[in-house]
Formats: sequence, C-alpha cells, structure tokens
Amino acid sequence: MPIPTSSQTIGPFFREGLNRPTWADLTREGARGEPIRIVGSVLDGEGLAVPDALLEVWQADAQGRFADPQDTRSGVPDPHFRGFGRGCTDPEGAFAFRTVRPGPVPGADGGLQAPHINLTVFARGLLKRLVTRIYFNDLDEANAIDPLLRSIADAGVRATLIAQRGADVDGEATYRFNVVLQGEGETAFLAV
Amino acid sequence: MIAPARRVYAPEPPGTQPPYDWADYRSTIKRHPKRELLAVPHTLSELTGPTFADHWPGVPITDLTRLREGAPEAMGQRITLEGRVLDEDGRPLRNTLVEFWQANAAGRYHHSADQHDAPLDPNFLGVGHTYTDDQGRWRFMTIRPGAYPWRNTDNAWRAAHIHYSVFGPGFASRLITQMYFPGDPLLAWDPVYHAIPDAAARERLISRYDPNLSVEEYSMGYTWDIVMRGRDETPMEHH
Repeated sequence: MPIPTSSQTIGPFFREGLNRPTWADLTREGARGEPIRIVGSVLDGEGLAVPDALLEVWQADAQGRFADPQDTRSGVPDPHFRGFGRGCTDPEGAFAFRTVRPGPVPGADGGLQAPHINLTVFARGLLKRLVTRIYFNDLDEANAIDPLLRSIADAGVRATLIAQRGADVDGEATYRFNVVLQGEGETAFLAV
Repeated sequence: MIAPARRVYAPEPPGTQPPYDWADYRSTIKRHPKRELLAVPHTLSELTGPTFADHWPGVPITDLTRLREGAPEAMGQRITLEGRVLDEDGRPLRNTLVEFWQANAAGRYHHSADQHDAPLDPNFLGVGHTYTDDQGRWRFMTIRPGAYPWRNTDNAWRAAHIHYSVFGPGFASRLITQMYFPGDPLLAWDPVYHAIPDAAARERLISRYDPNLSVEEYSMGYTWDIVMRGRDETPMEHH
C-alpha cells in the first residue's frame, strides 16, 4: 500500500505561489446565510506576530451541508458556497475571513456537533500543518453538547477553541480568534 | 453518509512525518506547540474537503519558463516534471488542485522578503498550478531551481527544491511538501529534509530522472508521485 507523502514546511516565500486574496471571502459567490467575519492574529511562543502564516478554512454551509459529494446526506448544499477559504497573515500577524455562519453537522456518535469552522495553519517553522477548530461564544447551548469541546477537561484549553464576538463590522457579526502556536494560551491543536 | 465515523483514515506509519519540535531547523523553536495534539474522531468535518472538478481556481499555469506565450524565456536548465496524485489505495485522485512554487535558477524567489543577493529573472515568477487528469497525473515545465543560503546555521544552504500544495480526499489529508532532485549533495546537510525520521520516507521526496520524459534537445524530465492520506470514497462520476 502506498504510504502518504511526508510533509515539509511551506517556508517563508509562499505568498506569490499561494496567496489568492479573493479566497478569504467565502461569501463572494453569493452564499446563503448570515454573513460573519473571523479576525485574529497568529502568535509565536514569545507572543510575537507570525507574519508568514497561511491559513485555510473548511466548513459546512448555513444549513450544515458540506460542498463535497462525500457528504451523501439527502438534500443539496448551497451551490454558491464552496466552504473553503484561504488567507495569509499580514506584517502584524493578522488575518481576516468573511464567511457565513455554519450550520450544525453530525458527529461521530450520530449526534450533532456545534457549528464550527475547521482551520489549518501553515507557516515557516512548521514542518507540517497545524489543525484546530473555531467555535462561537454565543452558541452556549450547542457548545455545551459538542463532543469535542466536552472531551477537553481543562476549561482554559477549551476556551482557546472558542471565538469571541466583538463589535460588528459593517453590520456583520465579527469574532476574534487568535492562534497561539506555543506557550501561554497555546491553542488546542488537533490530530486529525 | 460516512458514519459512524471514528478514525477512518489510518494513522501515518511511524517516522514518515516530521515532528513539530525539531531544533535543527531553528524556526521551529518558537513555533512548535508544546501540548500534545488532541486526537479527534473523523467526522464529516474531517472527511469532506474542497473539490476542484470545475477548475474554479482558474486556467492551469503549466509553463513556468515564460510569463506568457511568446514572452522571452527564463534563464536556466529547462525541466519537465510529471507525476501522479494517488490515495492510500493507490487509486488516482482526479481533478484535484496541484499548486507549485520555487526559486529561480540562481536560487532566488520572486518575493519581496527574499533578500538573497542573487539575480532576479524578470522572465520568471516560479509559480503555477494545474489539475490532475483521469489518471491522477499532473505535468508542468519549468527551470531547475537553484540552491540558496538561508542563515539557519552558518553558511547553510537549502537543497534545491520545488514546493507543492495538494488536496486529498478530505480536510484530514491536506498536504504541503517539497520535491527534491536526485544526486543533490546538499540533501546530506539539509535539516528540513532530515526532519523526517524514516530514511525511505525522506527518499520518496526525491524525484527520479526519467529519460522517457526528456524532450530531445530541449528539456530534462523528472517524475515524482504524491500519495495523499485517506481514501477517495466518492464514485468517480461525481468528480
């Protein structure tokens, strides 16, 4: 059986090759649902900005459907939503995505998972990507029964997965989600 | 649907992936997580992923030797690169996006942060993308990248490489890696390459010279296959 190819770092010089500024707006094709924004920073173990990170998001549409035929549940996903986005950090380590609020999706046990966005982080100094999830702090009831959040005993660690709603931007709900690669407040990263 | 999902994709064999904490590559020191990763069940969130069957990222860019048809040619050794993207069952991944970027023949990237004192080539960006065909095959033409110094340690030089970004069957299989060239003496010294513990896994990142892919009196050919984690469960007519 073929063995999966080994990962290597994205390095510092990926911007020309991979940055597609329009991809940070997942609503650009007219997605249905509530537009929201995710803003944040990527920080290293000294609290310094990481200006050379690439972030990718993957999520369900507003109804909780994935834009992939492998989601074989009945019904049709939003044809104007690809569920995938990409952005780079700026010189201050900041990133921003515009998307729609995802619906709940089924979990491994047949129950529902709370609405969330899957996040990948690539950067110079990461020999392979890091993966985490973005949950929403104004969905307490859904979060309380989410299998992944429930599996994390330490409240401080659990909190690193939950984006915090701040002031709206252009009338759209805006959440802050920082990615801390190391040390105090280190983000809970997932082995997928 | 894919349920009830647990760990659907097999774990990667030990030693075939680099660690996060690898001090020989100094940039990892302040950027590796110190807490153990949380193993999560594979749900639809992990098992689905972006699709590219309609080629939405745009028309392929597969001749990096010219900025456009008829434009002046980049300097350097022309090479043709070809390979397949396969899943863990050895089945081709069709219509998947393959992106690539690289330094020019002098070992310099077209990137504002690359301050290596080597010439930029106005006719070379070193950036392209394509989609795999029905056999999972991709192919492009470029200039052989030069090695470059990178200050990881005194007088350190990266082995010549081309970066690849590939999407597999699901979110859990996303891969960015680097392809190397056979016979490069810098491989013996390169800490990014040597971060992969398993020697056979490392060597699978080295492309192979393929005389059948060389174009007579024009370019040299190299082949390299990429294996993505997981299995494509999608019936092919959906792709």
